[in-house]
Amino acid sequence: MPSLRNTGRQARLLLRSMSTLTRTSVGVLCLILLLLLVGPSLSPYSYSAPVGDVWEGMSWQHPLGTDVLGRDMLTRIMKGGRLTVMLAFLATLLGFLLGTFFGFMSALVGRWVDILLSRIVEIIMAFPSLILALIVLALIDVSKGILIVIIAVLDSTRVYRLSRSLAQDIVVMPYVETARLRGEKLGWLMRREILPNVLPPMLAEFGLRFGFAILFLSALSFLGLGIQPPEADWGSMVKENALSLPVALVPAAAIALTTICVNIIVDWLLARAARVRSATPEV
Amino acid sequence: MGQPNKDNDLVLDIAGLSIVSLHQHGAQPLLKGLTLRLRRGEILGLIGESGAGKSTLGLAALGYQRTGCKYDKGVVRFDNLLLHSGDEKTLSSLRGVRMAYVAQSAAAAFNPVHRLGAQITEAARCQAALSRREAERRMVSLFRRFDLPEPERFGDRFPHQASGGQLQRAMIVMAMLCEPQLIVFDEPTTALDVTTQIEVLATIKRNIRAHSATSALYITHDLAVVAQVADRIMVLKDGMLVEENDTKALLTKPQRPYTKELLSVYQVGRKRGGGKKKGRGVLLRGEGLDASYGDGARILEDVSFGVSEYEVLGVVGESGSGKSTLARVVTGLLPSREGSLWLGGEVLPRRLKRRSKEQLRRVQLVSQIPDTALNPRQKIGEALGRPLSYFFPQRTQAERERRLGELLSSCELDSRLTNAFPAELSGGQKQRVCIARALAAEPDIIVCDEITSALDRLIAKGIVNLMLELQEKLGMAYIFISHDLGLVRAISDDMMVMQGGKILSYGAASGIEKSEDAYTQKLLRSVPQMRVGWLDEVLQKRG
Repeated sequence: MPSLRNTGRQARLLLRSMSTLTRTSVGVLCLILLLLLVGPSLSPYSYSAPVGDVWEGMSWQHPLGTDVLGRDMLTRIMKGGRLTVMLAFLATLLGFLLGTFFGFMSALVGRWVDILLSRIVEIIMAFPSLILALIVLALIDVSKGILIVIIAVLDSTRVYRLSRSLAQDIVVMPYVETARLRGEKLGWLMRREILPNVLPPMLAEFGLRFGFAILFLSALSFLGLGIQPPEADWGSMVKENALSLPVALVPAAAIALTTICVNIIVDWLLARAARVRSATPEV
Repeated sequence: MGQPNKDNDLVLDIAGLSIVSLHQHGAQPLLKGLTLRLRRGEILGLIGESGAGKSTLGLAALGYQRTGCKYDKGVVRFDNLLLHSGDEKTLSSLRGVRMAYVAQSAAAAFNPVHRLGAQITEAARCQAALSRREAERRMVSLFRRFDLPEPERFGDRFPHQASGGQLQRAMIVMAMLCEPQLIVFDEPTTALDVTTQIEVLATIKRNIRAHSATSALYITHDLAVVAQVADRIMVLKDGMLVEENDTKALLTKPQRPYTKELLSVYQVGRKRGGGKKKGRGVLLRGEGLDASYGDGARILEDVSFGVSEYEVLGVVGESGSGKSTLARVVTGLLPSREGSLWLGGEVLPRRLKRRSKEQLRRVQLVSQIPDTALNPRQKIGEALGRPLSYFFPQRTQAERERRLGELLSSCELDSRLTNAFPAELSGGQKQRVCIARALAAEPDIIVCDEITSALDRLIAKGIVNLMLELQEKLGMAYIFISHDLGLVRAISDDMMVMQGGKILSYGAASGIEKSEDAYTQKLLRSVPQMRVGWLDEVLQKRG
């Protein structure tokens, strides 16, 4: 199939346009995701039952040692990472859907809709997001769904600002006016006229926010307001093992490695989007 | 350095010059072995369409290449100095003192936060060519010669305190301050209105031509303009010379077909299609229209007009006349504050949102810049297909496909373009797609807002002819908005002249000469004519 071959060639070209650092990051991130996906089912140990002594060092049986209750660290890292990455991804996705929708709407409709939405967003942004999340989580029972929604809403404020300012440059273009003259509805204007034109910077922002969401979720769990035992994510694992620094560093390193890789890839995406934009002739 | 030049009169001697532009995919030639000689006191016109290499040549004459461009081979000799191999220090000691450049947009070339006087005398002071006092003295005397207001104090103004035409003249003052041997004019009047253009042209003509020590290269795409100032004209195309001759000979006896084409760009006309289709009643009518942006000043004041079926209403005005605002009011993009619109007997709501789908379909807009009128991320097939499926949902897929093919062929576009993105098309092709998109709605009236002004003259002529053919075939009406009075007069039935949001004269296009309005008369006189001596006549009449 020619389209498949084309995709393959494009992927090769894309890889070649990256620096070694970016390529390494892509490789490491893929490896992490693969481990999270299949790792837990390949592991001989249960993630919840003790299999050895408390805080055993690294060994062939337990490559990353054991944790505060003597559970296998590697298995828990893989299992907990699955939860961290999945929740962060869903939260970012929801945040983007919300932020982009309202951002585009603000730019398209303008007037009081824009004023109202922008003021609401500013009010939310006026609170430090961690403190706001802590207040909300202290008031209601924590569940994964609630966690996703809270992170998504806090994230969406940043997405709103970005998508609104990007869309404001697009809505004044004659091609959007032409579509309006045709009588096109808001949905078409958002999906077909604006979205394709702002996709590269939005994708880069998605990566960035995903990295932040991992950190945010980990922070909440570390403070005990995120994922609750018996379930575990990277943040709560840092907390459990906080009394032994070397052990606590293992989940912390997982958090750092993942977010750094994501950030490097985002940097490359952003630079690429900027190059594409400066290469298009100015009118 | 080569042998001293025997011809002492030769200021600029360019031989076999080639310049390439650097791309990811290798070098592309911009100039292909061009030869040019400029004698003392001579004005040489360089004419061609975009991409002809005329600006590249003009900058090369100053020993400069834009970023992305690279010198390939050939010789640029300026008064026995070799510029193409000169080091940057020597070159910059020449620039502004012995040679100078006048850019297209003076408004963009002046730094908005510095006073004009400081900017005008800057080069002379930096090169220590003149003392500060001497530079200022000369500047004031040039201001006076150029008819700038308050010559003693004009230099104290900031750029925003001067008009576009004044800035362009100030830039010529800057170029002439050190009495250079060579001035390169790069489209100095293209961004100006016709009435302002005359003032700048007159300044150039009076002062450069009278000044025998200064030679000039005059770059433009408008043959009628260059014919007024140049002694000799070189016609360029794709980086090569097409024809070179004395101005008069070139205008009266062009040798090459391309030159003849360039000469014919003003000759657009319309076969008046007899009376049978015409006069079937008023299609679109506007009465007492007032409009403004936000709470600002009124852009349109009490504008009334009527367009019959199969009629072309021409709207002429200079920048700021409100002609584009009229297009926005008619299409509903900007609701008018006062007044009303009727479409075929029924009231056309002022707001876009209130208009029915049928009303939206019947009034279509084609806008000025085709690059921004097409969504860069939509293929041509989608841009044209959407109005088809939107306005005619009852049609089958096969019918729409057929209609799409019809639209492309009637706008003289290749049917394979449906899979192309706008960036793959030329400017003329993009404008044709925009026209096809308007036609897809099968409108009764198309509002054409400066549809030719972003295009080269030859391409613009093709677009206008296409519009006229389409009207012949399909019989819709046009509101044709343009700053080009000659063009509007040639193709309109009725026309109106606007200034400051008001209609100054309105009537049959054939009778516009008889208008009693002074501004209309001034505008009529200001349209460049393709013959030597037109400018002199205009200036003489003014006295």
